[in-house]
Amino acid sequence: MGRFIIRRLVGMVIVLFAVSVIVFAIFNVIPNGAPENRMAGKQSTPQQIEAIRREWGFDKPITTQYVKMMEKLATGDLVSYQQQRNVFDEIKQGLPHTLSLAIGAAILWMAAGVALGVYSATRAGGKTDFAINVLALIGISVPVFWLGALVNYYLGYKLGWFPNGGYVEVAEGGLWQWAYHLFMPWTVLALLFIGVYSRVLRGTILETQNEDFVRTARAKGLSEKQVMRRHVLRTSMIPIITLWGLDFGIVIGGGAILTEAVFDLQGVGQYYAESVSQLDVPPVMAITILGAVFIVVLNTIVDILYAALDPRIRLS
Amino acid sequence: MTDPAVPLLAVDDLRVRFRTEEGIVRAVDGVSLDLRAGEVLAIVGESGSGKSVTALTLMGLTRGPNTDIEGAARLHGEDLVSAPDDRLRRIRGAELAIVFQDPLSALNPVQRVGKQITEQILVHEDLDRDQARDRVLELLKRVGIPQAETRIDAFPHELSGGMRQRVMIAMALSCKPKVLIADEPTTALDVTIQAQILDLIRGLKDQTGLGVILVTHDLGVVAELADRVAVMYAGRIVEQGTVDELFDDPRHPYTWGLLGSITRVDRPRPARLPSIGGSPPSLTALGTACTFAPRCPHRFEACATEPPLADADPEHPGHPDRCALALDAKRALRVVAADGSIGLAAPEEATT
Repeated sequence: MGRFIIRRLVGMVIVLFAVSVIVFAIFNVIPNGAPENRMAGKQSTPQQIEAIRREWGFDKPITTQYVKMMEKLATGDLVSYQQQRNVFDEIKQGLPHTLSLAIGAAILWMAAGVALGVYSATRAGGKTDFAINVLALIGISVPVFWLGALVNYYLGYKLGWFPNGGYVEVAEGGLWQWAYHLFMPWTVLALLFIGVYSRVLRGTILETQNEDFVRTARAKGLSEKQVMRRHVLRTSMIPIITLWGLDFGIVIGGGAILTEAVFDLQGVGQYYAESVSQLDVPPVMAITILGAVFIVVLNTIVDILYAALDPRIRLS
Repeated sequence: MTDPAVPLLAVDDLRVRFRTEEGIVRAVDGVSLDLRAGEVLAIVGESGSGKSVTALTLMGLTRGPNTDIEGAARLHGEDLVSAPDDRLRRIRGAELAIVFQDPLSALNPVQRVGKQITEQILVHEDLDRDQARDRVLELLKRVGIPQAETRIDAFPHELSGGMRQRVMIAMALSCKPKVLIADEPTTALDVTIQAQILDLIRGLKDQTGLGVILVTHDLGVVAELADRVAVMYAGRIVEQGTVDELFDDPRHPYTWGLLGSITRVDRPRPARLPSIGGSPPSLTALGTACTFAPRCPHRFEACATEPPLADADPEHPGHPDRCALALDAKRALRVVAADGSIGLAAPEEATT
């Protein structure tokens, strides 16, 4: 266990290095004007520009620029090109928004995915099963930006059932306003995953139902409900739970960008999207690395959880 | 062997049909059996003969939307075939228990074995967890599991094949059933372990008066453990009798084929193991003719209609078979060939 975690941490360092190099390289290939001019502003003296060039290493080769960037990132005084705000302050401000969106949506898609998957599997081949499958496929196929815009327009603007985007702090508007504003984003973000999870769980349940140990459970005299809950569902949940961990990492690590942008949640994802469109490399670097950390950490947690849920798996 | 007592389990004209896309499969077609307390009744036959379906049907495990089950199977006079699902649930695992072929796949891989047995006890009996656990420990010891105190918390994959089958047996016995169905209990095990498991079943039967239905294709196991034998072919019983009757005076050519296809240590080993030519008939298209006739070298006109299961020798009843040949003809044809096969070489090739 200890060795496993150490090996994962070493792996993470390698992953983060690779990710940072690739992102940095990409943004150096894209024509990016001269960042120092942007940073110095319209009324600037050549001395100011020269100072910025020296500080960021823009007069040096790309490797030096990378090292300078990473130094700033490591010490925490990385600022954006555009408005020269501290990147970490911006992330800190946006992170609660992103986490609120991600955690709420993750709970929603897990609960709904499991409920629909079980319901669908116990009625496999029937009309409701077919209907759920069709809905799941629609949920998987519909793009977030389209669906988001649609519900925003109809439920938010036309009918006025829900606020038209925006994020409200709990401290500011209370728990209810917070959840009320997040309801549409949660649903839209969760829809894709509900579709995937219900399909996967349905398939696993149907497969597990044919296992010999399920027949044993029936032979023991358990009721169909007990067989389903204690034997079929328990084993079928293992792949779903691991999937959950992975997807949660992906959503926090950048997968919720579209939802945040559509509903104007001012989270990390939206900050990321704005930074990319302005070719503002420092925030992009910081957020990409943060996302990679989330994904690697959650992957590790998933592997540990997997071994805990299925005793046949050993961590090695 | 002819205990006059009321049988523990009486199966009467059991029929199981599966509706499939290829048509209706007559998996079990009119099987009648009696099982008495303390008796081991073996059902033998090759794959697809309907022996396992018979066993699973007694447990209610073949019930489903595409299954038609007719006939009766009375356990203590109570019919298992017509019992409603919730009543059957209370019987199975309690009065009627089953041991499956492959203990690794039959045990839940992610649950500790002790918990899996406790679960069965708690469904049927009003005990608390500690009492149930005590009984599980006792059971594990009884079926010969060393260090039962630690093994009770093992996962199935941490035990050997023989230990796993002992766990399955302990589980089956956990609510003191009257009838134990053993569906190929030793097929997935090493030969040395097989003998241990058979000894265990025999011992338990002698101690508790358990009635055992032993489903197997292994005549060695039959000779070892069974009191009476029913030979099944294409969903029907083709011959039935005591072990001695069946081994000393086999009457149906299919039984000869089964007996002839086992190797014997007291005979020279043939270059090629004898087997029954041809393959079992499709169960979707059975007519009135003897189902074994296409594979039988002794078939004649009478085989166009399969005779009922009847005693060939009225002097010595209790050993019925379904072959149209006269008893004398059977005894004359039943010759052992050089390769050990019995009476199944074409008549002109047979060496007498």
